[in-house]
Amino acid sequence: MIVGTSGLVLNEKLLFEHSDAGRKGYSLTPLDVPAADLPDGLCREEIAGFPELSEVDVVRHFTRLSTWNYGVDSGFYPLGSCTMKYNPKVNELAARLPGLADVHPATPDHLAQGTLAMMYELQTMLAEISGFAAVSVQPAAGAHGELAGMLTVRAWHEAQGSKRRKVLIPDTAHGTNPATAALAGYEVVPIASEGVLTLEEVEAHMTDEVAALMVTNPNTLGLFETNIAAICELVHARGGLVYCDGANLNALLGIARPGDMGIDVMHFNLHKTFATPHGGGGPGSGPVGVSAALAPFLPGPRVVRDGEAFRFVGTQESVGRMLAFHGNFGIMLRAFAYIRSMGAAGLKHATEMAVLNANYVRARLEGGYHLPYATRSLHEVVFSDRDLPNDCHTLDVAKRLIDYGYHPPTIYFPLVVKGAIMIEPTETESQETLDEFCDAMLAIAKEAEMSPDLLHAAPVRTRTRRLDETAAARQPRLRWEER
Amino acid sequence: MRYIPHTSGDVAQMLGRIGVGSLEELFVEIPASVRLKRPLDLPPALAEGELLRELKVLAGRNATPENHISFLGGGAYQHFIPAAVDQLISRSEFYTAYTPYQPEISQGTLQAIFEFQTLVCQLTGMEVANASMYDGASACAEAALMAVRLTRRRKLLVSRALNPRWRAVITTYCRYVDLDVVEVGFAADGRTDLDDLGAKLDGQTAAVIAGYPNYFGVVEDLAALARLAQGAGAKLVAGVAEGVALGLLKSPGELGADIVAGEGQSFGIPVSFGGPYVGFFAARMKDVRAMPGRLVGETLDRDGKRGFVLTLATREQHIRREKATSNICSNQGLCALTATVFLSLLGKQGLRELAQQNLAKAAYAKAQLGGVEGVTLPFAAPVFNEFVVRTARPVKDLLAVLEQQGILGGIPLGTDYPELADAFLVCVTEQHRRNDIDVLAQALAGGAA
Amino acid sequence: MEFPEEFKYTEEHEWVQVEGDLVIVGITDFAQDALGDVVFVELPEVGTEVTAGKAFGVVESVKAVSDVYAPVSGTVEEINEELPDAPEVINTSPYGDGWMIKIRISDPTELEELMDATEYQAHIAEEH
Repeated sequence: MIVGTSGLVLNEKLLFEHSDAGRKGYSLTPLDVPAADLPDGLCREEIAGFPELSEVDVVRHFTRLSTWNYGVDSGFYPLGSCTMKYNPKVNELAARLPGLADVHPATPDHLAQGTLAMMYELQTMLAEISGFAAVSVQPAAGAHGELAGMLTVRAWHEAQGSKRRKVLIPDTAHGTNPATAALAGYEVVPIASEGVLTLEEVEAHMTDEVAALMVTNPNTLGLFETNIAAICELVHARGGLVYCDGANLNALLGIARPGDMGIDVMHFNLHKTFATPHGGGGPGSGPVGVSAALAPFLPGPRVVRDGEAFRFVGTQESVGRMLAFHGNFGIMLRAFAYIRSMGAAGLKHATEMAVLNANYVRARLEGGYHLPYATRSLHEVVFSDRDLPNDCHTLDVAKRLIDYGYHPPTIYFPLVVKGAIMIEPTETESQETLDEFCDAMLAIAKEAEMSPDLLHAAPVRTRTRRLDETAAARQPRLRWEER
Repeated sequence: MRYIPHTSGDVAQMLGRIGVGSLEELFVEIPASVRLKRPLDLPPALAEGELLRELKVLAGRNATPENHISFLGGGAYQHFIPAAVDQLISRSEFYTAYTPYQPEISQGTLQAIFEFQTLVCQLTGMEVANASMYDGASACAEAALMAVRLTRRRKLLVSRALNPRWRAVITTYCRYVDLDVVEVGFAADGRTDLDDLGAKLDGQTAAVIAGYPNYFGVVEDLAALARLAQGAGAKLVAGVAEGVALGLLKSPGELGADIVAGEGQSFGIPVSFGGPYVGFFAARMKDVRAMPGRLVGETLDRDGKRGFVLTLATREQHIRREKATSNICSNQGLCALTATVFLSLLGKQGLRELAQQNLAKAAYAKAQLGGVEGVTLPFAAPVFNEFVVRTARPVKDLLAVLEQQGILGGIPLGTDYPELADAFLVCVTEQHRRNDIDVLAQALAGGAA
Repeated sequence: MEFPEEFKYTEEHEWVQVEGDLVIVGITDFAQDALGDVVFVELPEVGTEVTAGKAFGVVESVKAVSDVYAPVSGTVEEINEELPDAPEVINTSPYGDGWMIKIRISDPTELEELMDATEYQAHIAEEH
């Protein structure tokens, strides 16, 4: 069955175009104290163009908008390196529980023992899962955790009196890595890999000016960095540290731990590995784990345990605060609920099924699409558009997949594969779903041969067709304005 | 496990198709030397009902508005949240979607962000706003870095009256990029000290950063700050920790701010022990290419129909890499949606009325507390919904006495401001009834002397 | 794809047209094609000193960004004022209306380091 269909999709204006003077969508409790005024000159005029809508208007507006979106709850979402697994519903309930959602962040520690206990337990469980000595849960997202990690690296070096200013980043790394290194004041030295990083390549670049090597393991090709232990040893021997991007941790739960490989710092993406929803681009949560030597430098304050009590403690050496408060608590709560629901055996099973699913897709699509790396991959697999005929490219395959009812895989990444199609099915998809998806992929490859126009025209079943991104960038219209 | 559909039959069939004999064979590339040779040491798995029971036990160990009267603010505010907000953001097409990289099937998210950007521009009086930042503090730090890019100068003047946690985040972000962060004092009325600012401004100053309102709840004279800053060729960054204030106060844009970085938690987002919140970020159109974060723009599709896309992406980490304007990738999308829904419901009149209620309650509280013996109000400048209270009795003891009566009286200021060791910060919103404020005043009367 | 015979070229895909001690600089047909639709151009101010091999400006398409390098050292004498408002000209006329800057050259011997059209075509064939 082809899942994609045009369905009933309603049009909807912008909020501001709906507005009608005098309409209200709120009710405030009447004021029970005298009204007050600010001194002259401090108050603004009414806000021109601000919406005026009834509750019904607002509810219809956003309900209609929601139907133009595709979520994990709508269907298969094989975005590589994004780990779009199912987001359990009980976790949503957990994050909204009275007594948790309504605790003020400035509540004294002794009156917030429930929230502190949860954060402490999450820190502890993440440390056990990853093999690190300490974890800070403050960073708000993956890139934020990465920044926290690289600042920690820098602080450790400064404390040793080391003035190293370079960071090695392999070509299979995530796009955020170079930008993050720059924010920590480092110069980026790109290094080439041949699918996996070789000891020789690292050795050639590992001078006494290099503060750290940033790796992703398994890397963005879905390949395990088989030389990782030796690489860590070498980097350490030459006075450097190894940072690991934890985006692909879903391939390793209960199988191997980055801390045991010799890695010094890693950030977690709770919104990938630990099933918290992506929210259409956040909020995520990006805790950072480190070895014992680096622990004092972590962002803080962090939760510590004193007998039966929990409290926030900062350290003198800490790189400081990353956010106004304690991190994305509501997201931590969801991840906590997930880990507690899965347990050790459940997490390992999740990893095994994630790797099984990726390899199953690989087996089914091999032959239909060009597979640039033959090495056994883990939780994701990268194909390319090399063999597609008739001027059909990765973008066309992606758009055609939408017509078949799927969210496309990650495309044109990693950069080391030209026209990359990066598929990460995750463990929450059934064999039937994978089969239907693979059938669609193979049908599209056939269409590229027989009727390429279908690919070039796609998507045709969506409310909006391909959009003119060039016009958007040449004449940016970034807000609504009354015309 | 209910989230994983595989039966043992499925597994066997799939292994067969892959051509391996066991699951173990799928992991052959991971050397034995780095394998974990024992099960993870985690607490036993819980069924749905058990999990909820455990979480409720944790919830029972926290002080909340259910069991305490709370006057805590300082960057997180308890406001009313209309029921429609959570209902709408719980549409799973919104919350289970990824970043809108495939615009044809992400128009819901994209249009909502475009609306968010517009609302932020309207509120701040600025020309362009991004799709969101992690929170107000990190947005403010990014604003500082943007001012450095724009001016190519390396000194930042940060008002001591700016939220101390925001100042800490600015310090963290600037720690290793060779920037000089210098503090500017506050005057006797609670506003940034213009004389001190004038003395510290120089040709190396990239930005002046001040709160609006500031940490003491005080409404800064932004126009004067803008004149001084811009007179020295520096940018004025206004940090808005309480977004509701913009329903009533002149917009920072109108007063001359170059960049506005704010916290949108007040717009429908629960306090949730500090996050997730949403930073908003607005600037002038001429500076758009120096902005951090994602931007959504309007365009047309192949059939000429209006649609929205992520645009001006060449500023961002995945394209410009080490020269990017920021490393931000995931932002706080769903929280931006929350704020958009909230502001749509409140609308033009509602936001103003909400702001007026906050102002009135704080004014009433100021009058009541100011009348208590042993309590003084050190700052004379106008405030929005927070103010500083000074007491004769040590703050720690006093707050402890209030706690005994089920009152969270405020945030002590001594840790961040040694000269205010005898003071604390009180926040009053529309959620407080007159009686709550009277109870606080009575409790203070009983304990303050 | 065209590569005018009378121009000189750099490895970074800039072209140079010599007019006395002024040189006109732009990006090649190959470069504009590789970038795709150009949406933004950033040029230096008149009077800026540029150094051979160092970036003087930026061209951007929707999904790529590229520095533009000075082929020779000197002073920027004139910039193409039309480009910021009509960056698409770089796609439609890379060697004509899409020119970027004119440099008053400080060391004419630097011109000898540049490639001619044949060498440049060999360079791109080898690189890609």
